[in-house]
Amino acid sequence: MELLTSNWWLFDEIGKYFLPEGSTRRWVMFGAILLGISSGVIGSFALLRKQSLLSDAMAHAALPGICLIYMLTGVKDPLLFLVGASITGLLGAIIVSEIPRHTRIKSDTAIGLVLSVFFAFGIVLLTVIQKNFGGNQAGLDAFLFGKAALLVRYDLYVIGTMCLLLIGITLLFYKEFKLLTFDRGFAITLGLPAKKLELCMTLLIVLAVMVGLQAVGVVLMVAMLIFPAAAARQWTDQLGRMIIIAAFVGGFAGVVGSFCSAIMSKVPTGPVMVVVCSTMLIFSMFFAPNRGLIPKWLRLRNNRQRIRRENILKSCYKTCEERENWKVIFTLKDFTTYFRFSNYATRQLLHYLVKKQRLVSFNGGWQLTPQGLDKAEQIIRKHRLWEVYLTEKMDIASDHVHRDAEDIEHALDDKTVQQLEEELQSPTQDPHGKSIPNVDFSRERKTT
Amino acid sequence: MGRESKKVDEETVADVHDLTVSYHIHPVLWDVDFQVPRGKLMAIVGPNGAGKSTLIKAMLGIIPSTTGWVKIFNEPYQKVRHRIGYVPQRGSVDWDFPTTAIDVVTMGRYGKIGWFRRPGKKDREISYTYLEKVGMQDFAQRQISQLSGGQQQRVFLARALAQEADIYFMDEPFAGVDVVTEKAIVNLLFELREQSKTVIVVHHDLQTVNEYFDWILLLNMRKIAIGNVDDTFNEENLRKTYGGKLAILSKAANAMTKGRVDGIID
Repeated sequence: MELLTSNWWLFDEIGKYFLPEGSTRRWVMFGAILLGISSGVIGSFALLRKQSLLSDAMAHAALPGICLIYMLTGVKDPLLFLVGASITGLLGAIIVSEIPRHTRIKSDTAIGLVLSVFFAFGIVLLTVIQKNFGGNQAGLDAFLFGKAALLVRYDLYVIGTMCLLLIGITLLFYKEFKLLTFDRGFAITLGLPAKKLELCMTLLIVLAVMVGLQAVGVVLMVAMLIFPAAAARQWTDQLGRMIIIAAFVGGFAGVVGSFCSAIMSKVPTGPVMVVVCSTMLIFSMFFAPNRGLIPKWLRLRNNRQRIRRENILKSCYKTCEERENWKVIFTLKDFTTYFRFSNYATRQLLHYLVKKQRLVSFNGGWQLTPQGLDKAEQIIRKHRLWEVYLTEKMDIASDHVHRDAEDIEHALDDKTVQQLEEELQSPTQDPHGKSIPNVDFSRERKTT
Repeated sequence: MGRESKKVDEETVADVHDLTVSYHIHPVLWDVDFQVPRGKLMAIVGPNGAGKSTLIKAMLGIIPSTTGWVKIFNEPYQKVRHRIGYVPQRGSVDWDFPTTAIDVVTMGRYGKIGWFRRPGKKDREISYTYLEKVGMQDFAQRQISQLSGGQQQRVFLARALAQEADIYFMDEPFAGVDVVTEKAIVNLLFELREQSKTVIVVHHDLQTVNEYFDWILLLNMRKIAIGNVDDTFNEENLRKTYGGKLAILSKAANAMTKGRVDGIID
């Protein structure tokens, strides 16, 4: 019985969002989504301004502010918390920027200092509150790791308003923020008040942190700012799109985080949202088309395979050239001893070359096809032309040029080759006295 | 070339008076005075650490100056920003920033667009024209980190052109660029002079001064000399600029730094 019902619990829990009594859940999820979106949006700027760690310090610095406000007023009001958290958060940011200006302490140390000192102070205050202010203060603990399920509707009004404010301001100043982040000096010459706008951006980060405190908590809030932005950066090279993707990632984390927090009474929201974001970030780092590690690795591998294939054709050509016989049959052993590739790798390369009709299998060996010979000639031509160029135009000794040419022969495009040939006035011999194959030559060779 | 230009062209477009600039508390420029006449291509030349970049940054208000004032077109620069174009050092920005070449050029229009509004179709078209002018139209949609150093420099130049200014400040536009780019920049400089615009260029390569510029400011923490290249760019001035370490001046600077640290000087 237990098992049977457990198969459906997930759908039951999702279904609750659509029932009339699910309104709290809907609100909480709505709040978490807004929070995810706004931290993704402003986080994009924090990331590009290289303020990830600073944001972390500000988030941690918010804790003592919350505790102090509570000790002073004795009420749990999200607006008051916001004020308290903003004051200490901003104070932390100011201290971080002032320490390196007046002392010999560098800014990374300053960040570490502010982060730990403020946080430790906050924890001390939290303990004091728990001892002296009665038992129902458990709510303040939620500021450490967040508890979206504890949010009441009033909290959500505050969060919602702040998020919309944050997104609105960012959209309004998008152009200015972008320019200032990219090129501060240029922005100043256009008359942008750089300091004021930077303060505004810092305030928006503080705002995002404060908004996230109840749902995500001070400890992990920085992840909500940075992860969606970092994930988004992998997929696009345009700031506008990056912000939209970051907002989407953050919002999605909000959905999952609030859902988990709703169905499991002891699960804090923050860590869940962070796990979701980090999963998306890791996925992006591996699979994003241009910047992703795997596509990069594949491109590298393809390139290496191509170079190996070209080298095989080249070695065939050179042997044929030496023996003045263009129909030499090569055995597997010829290749493996020459290149020191494994048998398996060599077979694969040869198989590919046969498939592309560069080589043809012949009596258990391999022979260059006319197309293969053409291809090999192109490579040899690039190699030898480059050697000529280096010795003639750059005055490099002829015994120094071979290795450079080994690399360049796989990279030169046809247009450059043509330019090379024109500049060198179609040389026929390389510095080592070997002939440079050209179109006429190959025609001649094929007829013989 | 415009070296024998008429008296009309001699009107002063940039006037720097007694400018002193300090980084933190270390003085970098001392009491610099000079005027730039209209329609000149002026090179600022001097050894490393002479304060060349600092000078144009201070003139544009990017860094604060300790004393002195700068007037451009007879006004404080804040009032004539729309008539000023600026090409910062290429290394001063993070080229991995998520943006495209055409986007960067459009930034040159931001001053004209004003607050809150987005660049319109017209601004895009103008930007594209200038991108074409520097021969970069094929790279309009390229992410800027995928451009070569010379191409990045040309994008920066196009951005300054998109400002459609009357006076341009360029910080080492020739540093680390390829031959094609250098040619392109020089042609643009000549074209700007033809339109009787003024260009002030921080320049490193003494060999090309004669060829590219008609006015020169020799600088080494202080103004050594300013004037037309034919008369001013001579051995004696060069020796003053590059030779003979400014032993006393450096000592004085250090003493001043120390004095500020110890609170003797405020």
